[in-house]
Amino acid sequence: MNIQEYFELVWTDYTLRTITLGTAVLGAICGMLGSFAVLRKQSLLGDAISHAALPGIALAFLITGAKDSGTLLLGALVSGVIGTFWIRGITTKTHLKSDTALGLILSIFFGFGMLLLTFIQKQPNANQAGLDKYLFGQAATLMESDVRLMIIVTGISLFVMVLFWKEFKILLFDADYTKTLGFNTKFIDVLITFLIVLAIVLGLQTVGVVLMSAILLAPAAAARQWTNNLGTMVLLAAVFGALSGVFGTAISASQNNLSTGPVIVLVAGVFVLFSFIFSHKRGLLFREIRFRKNRTDLKLMKTLQFMYGIAQEHENISHPHAIRILNNFYGFTKGSLKKLENEGWIAIDGQQWAMTPKGYKQAQEMYNQKPINE
Amino acid sequence: MSNPQIEIQLIAAIVAIACAIPGVFLVLRKMALISDAISHSILPGIVIGFFITQDLNSPLLILLAALTGVITVVMVEFIQKTGLVKEDTAIGLVFPVLFSIGVILIAKNANDVHLDVDAVLLGELAFAPFDRLMVGGADWGPKSLWVMGSILFITISLLILFFKELKVTTFDAGLSSVLGISPVVMHYGLMSVSSVTVVGAFDAVGAILVVALMIAPAATAYLLTEDLKKMIWLSILFGVFSAISGYWVANILDASISGSIATTLGVVFLLVYLFAPKKGLISVLYRQKQQRIEVSLITFLLHLNRHEEESERHINHLQEHINWRAVRARSVLDLAEKNNLVEIENQVVSLTEKGLAFTEKSLEYIINNKDEKIEPMKEDFFLFRG
Repeated sequence: MNIQEYFELVWTDYTLRTITLGTAVLGAICGMLGSFAVLRKQSLLGDAISHAALPGIALAFLITGAKDSGTLLLGALVSGVIGTFWIRGITTKTHLKSDTALGLILSIFFGFGMLLLTFIQKQPNANQAGLDKYLFGQAATLMESDVRLMIIVTGISLFVMVLFWKEFKILLFDADYTKTLGFNTKFIDVLITFLIVLAIVLGLQTVGVVLMSAILLAPAAAARQWTNNLGTMVLLAAVFGALSGVFGTAISASQNNLSTGPVIVLVAGVFVLFSFIFSHKRGLLFREIRFRKNRTDLKLMKTLQFMYGIAQEHENISHPHAIRILNNFYGFTKGSLKKLENEGWIAIDGQQWAMTPKGYKQAQEMYNQKPINE
Repeated sequence: MSNPQIEIQLIAAIVAIACAIPGVFLVLRKMALISDAISHSILPGIVIGFFITQDLNSPLLILLAALTGVITVVMVEFIQKTGLVKEDTAIGLVFPVLFSIGVILIAKNANDVHLDVDAVLLGELAFAPFDRLMVGGADWGPKSLWVMGSILFITISLLILFFKELKVTTFDAGLSSVLGISPVVMHYGLMSVSSVTVVGAFDAVGAILVVALMIAPAATAYLLTEDLKKMIWLSILFGVFSAISGYWVANILDASISGSIATTLGVVFLLVYLFAPKKGLISVLYRQKQQRIEVSLITFLLHLNRHEEESERHINHLQEHINWRAVRARSVLDLAEKNNLVEIENQVVSLTEKGLAFTEKSLEYIINNKDEKIEPMKEDFFLFRG
């Protein structure tokens, strides 16, 4: 199946439609909530939480024996929340830093989860198959009920986000001010964190614990490059996330042996790379262009200043001089002379140049420039 | 104990030591998560190395994969330097992408490669004794024992050689530059050693559990000591203890050895986190409670000091005035009396000579913004703490 066939089939084929819808919704909710994680400098919390969710899945299976994703994800949610609060406990009550706390909880919970998973595998009841899909995720196992669950959770988080938009925003940018205004910052904080945990847990089945954090971060990091407005960023991140989901599914469906999770991550990575380079305000390309332009502008002004020095010595400022005498000055090229002429600052006639009154004035005022905004 | 069992425990212990040493420095330099990033992003390096060498224990593969680890660090630092995203986001973006590339490389070549992601990520210590090093037909023991043994040897030699430099760059990069020790060289040296260790150990304990072996012992030790040498010894102790007891737990449960080692590390950390004498949760909470009551005590003494008139110093009035609940007022008053700071006569509280001295000194410190001096002064005055 090639990509074109995929897009024809996606409307009719039940499995493809379910998976595509699932990954799109997942990408959207992760992008949305990931924006908050990125702005709160909690990027790696997602990584820790997704790993910390693993023992919850295994324990939920051990206790209930159920295999439906609802029950297992509830277990994941509980253990994810426990992991989050333990991380918080470590960073607030001891002198260990957040990176240590995150790495510690991540690896220990994951190890405990592995212990439980291998323990389950050795159990006599053979009902355990399919638990390891939570490690790397299998979008192919998504069912309509799973997608419905995703849509419901997305709806709820969207509702909560709109309801608490003002609180989220103000806490994000000025936590102390929020407190002085009388908001319950602890509650808002817990609410945002809880929503992030929810989004992560929701994605475990599709992309797995190892790559989940990237789905959370990448769309938000890409969106951040295009705007300084929180609302726009959240919206853009949701769009990027959804697109990564759809394209990732399309590519992995059109090839053999490609699991969906890693492909989605790579597509999201391409979005990030593109945004890093081509964003018009912050992007590396335009930054470099601006940098170069500033440098040539500076050289141009230096040349003009040098000419001004020469012209000053003559009574008639527009007295022509040979271009040759500029030779002991390094900054000039044919191109820069041309540019100066285009600006109307000098006039070139054959091998001679002459300063125009406009150029003279420009050079004169160069050092007592007024601020541009006035 | 059978021969393979001893070998497995030996490998586990060596891996634990080899991880604990760089782990201490990573934790102290607030770079613990770099180990997580490296452990994931070496995957493409391992896969490509495996295409070339067809041997998971080949030194070339270890070097190639370790190089991927160092490249990860460089990429993270490059993204950080652009200022487009924060440091943690940079880490979180780089390693999943590299890991995904590794997963896809494996998946696309699944037929010709005897390598799967589970094995890289989780490792299987139980199989380590089966891969023997044969030299001239003689059995020299498990290969991974030799690989990890050499890595450990290199790590320890570097540690002894550069201990002073590592110490200075870790705690004061500015001072080290002044002394002519390049923090950058030490940084990349540490990153290289960490990468090599992670790569060497992934085969035995798996990529993610390397992270546990690096961070958990160091974090546990950091809660108990602030002396670098002691911290290294303690981390090694915790690492080896968890490795060996983890092995036996796995033996009983018939489950993954690496998972069980990580769990043991977690239990050890939890115990220290709760019960560490100075930095543990319980002692921190106890100290916070003590501080609260002692601050109340000082407030109370200052109040007494300010009011000469008897009516202001009447017990009941004090309760109303400072607005404390009865229990708290009672405990503060008891503490003050036990320490001979106040005396009560006909329900009127007054400062004793000692109380007066303490109060005036505290007042002086508070006015001159030297609040931190009150704490040592308490040692001199208090017989009982709050």
